[in-house]
Amino acid sequence: MRILVAMSGGVDSSVVAALLKRQGHEVIGATLQLYEHNGPARPGACCAGRDIMDARTVADRMGFPHYVIDAESRFRESVIDSFADSYARGETPVPCVACNQGVKFTDLLGLARDLGCEAMATGHYVRRLEGPDGVEMHRPVDRDRDQTWFLFATTREQLDYLRFPLGEMPDKDHVRALAEELGLDVASKRDSQDICFVTNGSYASLVEKMRPEIEGPGDIVDAEGRVLGRHEGVARYTVGQSRRLGDIHTQTGERQVVTHIDVKNRRIVVGPRSQLGIGDEHCKIVLRDMNWLIDAPPEGVFCGVQLRARESLRLARVKPVGQAQAEVLLDDPALAAPGQACVLYDGERVLGGGFILAKGR
Amino acid sequence: MTQSFSSAIYLDANATEPLRPQAREAVLRGLDQVGNPASVHHDGRQARALLEGCRKQIARFLQRDADCCVFTSGGTEADTLAVHAFGHAQGRRVLIGATEHDAIRKAAPEATIIPVDEHGLIRLEVLAQLLEEGGPALVCVMAANNETGICAPLDDIAALCREHGALLHVDAVQSAARLPFDVSVLAGASIALSGHKMGGPKGAGALVLAEDAPLSPLLPGGGQERGRRGGTPALPAIMGMTAALEASQAQDWAPIAAWRDALAETVQQAGGLCVAADVPCLPNTLSVVLPDVAAQTQLMMLDLEGFCVSAGSACSSGKVAASHVLQAMGLGERAGQALRISLPWNVEEAHVQAFGEAYKKMAQRLKK
Repeated sequence: MRILVAMSGGVDSSVVAALLKRQGHEVIGATLQLYEHNGPARPGACCAGRDIMDARTVADRMGFPHYVIDAESRFRESVIDSFADSYARGETPVPCVACNQGVKFTDLLGLARDLGCEAMATGHYVRRLEGPDGVEMHRPVDRDRDQTWFLFATTREQLDYLRFPLGEMPDKDHVRALAEELGLDVASKRDSQDICFVTNGSYASLVEKMRPEIEGPGDIVDAEGRVLGRHEGVARYTVGQSRRLGDIHTQTGERQVVTHIDVKNRRIVVGPRSQLGIGDEHCKIVLRDMNWLIDAPPEGVFCGVQLRARESLRLARVKPVGQAQAEVLLDDPALAAPGQACVLYDGERVLGGGFILAKGR
Repeated sequence: MTQSFSSAIYLDANATEPLRPQAREAVLRGLDQVGNPASVHHDGRQARALLEGCRKQIARFLQRDADCCVFTSGGTEADTLAVHAFGHAQGRRVLIGATEHDAIRKAAPEATIIPVDEHGLIRLEVLAQLLEEGGPALVCVMAANNETGICAPLDDIAALCREHGALLHVDAVQSAARLPFDVSVLAGASIALSGHKMGGPKGAGALVLAEDAPLSPLLPGGGQERGRRGGTPALPAIMGMTAALEASQAQDWAPIAAWRDALAETVQQAGGLCVAADVPCLPNTLSVVLPDVAAQTQLMMLDLEGFCVSAGSACSSGKVAASHVLQAMGLGERAGQALRISLPWNVEEAHVQAFGEAYKKMAQRLKK
């Protein structure tokens, strides 16, 4: 079949493209140019200028056409700007979700359809399985590389059209060996990590450069507003973290965690970890932009939820409410960071997910 | 191992023309010539004789002395050399057309831009005003635009330059082999030529000066080209360029222009909008907008169908950006929805018709 492969220039998507070509499919490679590459290319982060060349080299070697798609302005608006906006609201965004949702699975996928492709493949580590009620998203065989959490916003329609051949790979060594076997120069290329568009310095300095109004130090306070210490900038904090709080753990005699980011007053609010869950304040989370990968259950569903990219499941009852929202009732209290994703699992299967809403204060 | 597009139909002549057989023969002769034109011995003299023969022929085409012709690596170098030699470094303001090629734009980043009207033509009243503002100036314009094929009103521009004592540099890269050249109009102008846009090989071009004069070289090197361009001249490529230029003068472009016009009809019926209707234009070029469909998508779709055309100006990454030429003409977002079809010297009517059919199919599928 004619299939478009989203190629980042890294080993994963290169192997996907090469494998599909070897299987006899009509492969079309496409690499998104997401931002301008001035200065030295940074190998290891997704889509640097070098990566476009690498993707093209793979396409030339395997003998399929490859195109570079200009997605700069769309990426800037839909990913980078909203990343900064989110921090400016006191949230902790997940830009990779926004990118998959918009630039990749809407725009690039639309292009694939325009070109008459029957499917689009990517190098993500997730499994797409045909279930009795349509396609399902499952965790990959290689659990260390699980990317389901970042792909929860994929709609069922998109999922139907997508292919993730790496979901079945036992481990990354296997993928690299395949790249070697296929003669791809990228076989030993470093994995991408971090946020691709933060090309120098920290994400926080980028955010502060884009939204100077939130830059600068402020107070760390407790729930009653008593000043416990100072911080270097609100964008450096996430609800639930206990690092970067200076000596206030010893000062208060208790381990403290960030419970709220008050951007307006430039304050980081903390509370003792031991106080978590007194009352049900920390057991209820509301999600926005809820995406269900099952038929939304009006009565709710009891499942596992994952509140961060890397953490274990918590048990909860999740129920659709309002307009594309859902209410999560956790069995045990947790500090959910606004802007992060809450993804629902039934065993290996992804049931859906949404973005954590800030609590009304 | 590459996927074969042996049946691909090539309609991207403004990017590069297919090699003309006369050029091919000349290149082969040049490749067998051992000597370096700068060497004093027998073989060197032979090479030099060939090189000077080419120089004479190119200069004669523009009715100039052979010594006016400086060989370069191509059009970009010729344009850059002209700006370098006559522009800011010589205390002149540089005025460039808004639709110039990057060869000029990047050579003169601080240049004043002369706007064009909606037909892509230099706004003469603005040029006159800019020239009147005083100070010596170098005006750079292209004879015919690479993306739209639109021909500049060179007689008017040249007259204004003469009137204000400004130097004129004309990028004739796209027009030299495709349009009759009115040498009297351009008597005072320096002219940039490119071999591969005429059906020669890539790697040779020329800057033909208005008069024989020393100029400050970009590459001083060993003082070749009488100190105006260092480096051993690429004799085979120069011989190929010269042969291509000569062959092009015998070409009848009328049938190609007729096929182009027929294609314009087809494309318009399919919902496309022709950019350079009703203005003088290269005989082989058609710039056409398919509203609301990204040029990139059109390009990919046609490529996958086996047609080589282009869109805007592809940068080194291969990314298709919105055309600055069409933006300058006020096309707004449609500047990112235009394809350029440029028929090569050896195009066949059946190829143009096949493209028309493919375009109709594409438009039907993609039109929103």
